[in-house]
Amino acid sequence: MMYGLAWDTSTPLAFATSILPILLIGLTVTVKAALAGFAIAIVMGLVFALLRRSRIRAVSWTTAFVVEFLRDTPLLVQLFFLYYVLPDYGVVMPAFLTGVLALGLQYSAYTSEVYRGGIDAIPRGQWEAATALNLSRLTVYRDIVIPQVVPRIVPAMGNYAVAMFKETPVLSVITILEMLGLANMIGEQTYQYLLPLTMVGLIFLLLTLICSAAIHQLERRLPKAGVPLK
Amino acid sequence: MAMQSPAAVAEAAAPIIRFDGVTKRFGALTVLDDFSFAVAPGEKVTLIGPSGSGKSTVLRILMTLEPFQEGTLTLGGHGYHQPGGAGAFRASEKHLRAIRCNVGMVFQSFNLFPHMSVLRNITEAPRAHGVPRAEAEGRALDLLGLVGLADKKDHFPAQLSGGQQQRVAIARALAMRPRVLLFDEPTSALDPQLVGEVLGVIRSLAHEHDLTMLLVTHEMRFAREVSDRVCFFNKGRIVEQGDPERMFRSPEHPETRAFLQSVLA
Repeated sequence: MMYGLAWDTSTPLAFATSILPILLIGLTVTVKAALAGFAIAIVMGLVFALLRRSRIRAVSWTTAFVVEFLRDTPLLVQLFFLYYVLPDYGVVMPAFLTGVLALGLQYSAYTSEVYRGGIDAIPRGQWEAATALNLSRLTVYRDIVIPQVVPRIVPAMGNYAVAMFKETPVLSVITILEMLGLANMIGEQTYQYLLPLTMVGLIFLLLTLICSAAIHQLERRLPKAGVPLK
Repeated sequence: MAMQSPAAVAEAAAPIIRFDGVTKRFGALTVLDDFSFAVAPGEKVTLIGPSGSGKSTVLRILMTLEPFQEGTLTLGGHGYHQPGGAGAFRASEKHLRAIRCNVGMVFQSFNLFPHMSVLRNITEAPRAHGVPRAEAEGRALDLLGLVGLADKKDHFPAQLSGGQQQRVAIARALAMRPRVLLFDEPTSALDPQLVGEVLGVIRSLAHEHDLTMLLVTHEMRFAREVSDRVCFFNKGRIVEQGDPERMFRSPEHPETRAFLQSVLA
C-alpha cells in the first residue's frame, strides 16, 4: 500500500495494473526534476560559456575552474555534499530543490562546452560585420550569435536532455521519491522485483524515444542558417 | 617611411582620416612600418598593390578590427593611440565605439547575417542604436531602392546571388550613415558577370560629395574612373600616390610600373 493505493499480487497482470498508478506518481516527480534540471542546464550553460569568454582573466579562469570541477566530480558526490554537508553550515534546502540544482549544475558544465563549440563555429566574418556595424556585445550575442548557434547545438543538447532524464533515478539517494525509488520500495514490500523494475525500464524507454523523436523534429524544422529574424 | 606628395599633404589640412607613424606587426612580420597617411573629407581614395602589401590592413585598422603597435590614428576628430609594444587594444570599448560611429565597411565575403531577412540585415544596426523600427525600415527601403533590390526585402541572403548579397551589404553599411565607407576588395569573391552590378552601385556612391571612400580593389579601370587619388602599396608602405590619370599613364616609380604592367597586361 502506497499513496493510499493497494496492490494486488494475485496475477502478474493484476499486479502490473495495480502498481502502475503508483509508478506514474513517481514519474511526475521524475519528469519535473528532469525539466527543471534541464532548464537550469540550458541557462547556466550559456552563462558559463559567456563568462568563460570574458576578457577579464580572473572571470574566465574562475569559470573554467568551476566548470571543470563540476564535470570531473561524480553527481552522487555533489548530491551528498549539497544534501548532507551544507546543512552543517546552515544551508538547508528541500530534497527536490537540492536534486534539481545538482543535476542542473552538473549538466550546465556539459552544455557550456556545447555552447562554446557552437559559438567558436560562428565564422569570423560575422563578428567583424557586427563590429563594423558598431553593435554592442549584448546585441551581438542576442541577435547574431545565439540565433545562429541554436541549430548547431540542438543535436548535442538533445543528447544531454535524454542523458539527464535517464540519470534522474540517482535522486532517490537523497530521499526523493521518484519512479525507480518507488518501484524498489514496492519490491521490498512484495518481494517481487521483476515486474516493477521492468515497468520502470519500459516507461523510461518509451519517454526517451518520444523525447528523441521530438528533438529530431526540432532539428529538422530549424533552418540551418539560424533562428530567422525578419 | 611613407612618401606623401605635397599636394596630398596640403589637401589633408583638415583630414578625416589620419595615420601618424602607425606600425602594425603580425608576430615577426611587419605589415605597416611607421605608416603616415591622411584622407580629406569627401575624398575617394583607392589603394592598389600586390597582395600582402598592407592595403587591407589599413582598412581593417580603420574599422578597429586590428590592433596596431605604435603610432596614432585619428578618425573624424577622435584620436586613438596605441602605447608601444603591448600588441593589444588598449583603447576603451566606449572610445572604439565612438570611432566606429564614423565608419562603415563592405567586406570581400559580404558577411551578411544568414538568419536575417534582407530588410533586417539593414535595419539591425539602426534599431540596435535606438532608431524606431518604422523609421529604420523606411530608411532601409530607400537604401534598397538605391542598390536596386527593393523587391528582395523579405528574401534571406542564401536566396540571393553574390552580386545581390554585396549590394545588400553596401546598403547595410550605409544604414548607419557613416562619413567614411571602406570597401575591402568588394568584387573579388564575385563571378565575373556579377562584378558590374556591384561596381555600378559603388560608382553611384562616388558621386556623393560628403562620403569619404577608401577602396581596396584589383579593378584597375574602375579605380581610375572613380577615385580622386590612387595609392600604390608595396611591402607596408605607399610607394607612389597621386592623380589616377597620371598614375596609370605615367607611373614614376619602377615598382609601380612593374605592378601596373603585370595587372594591366
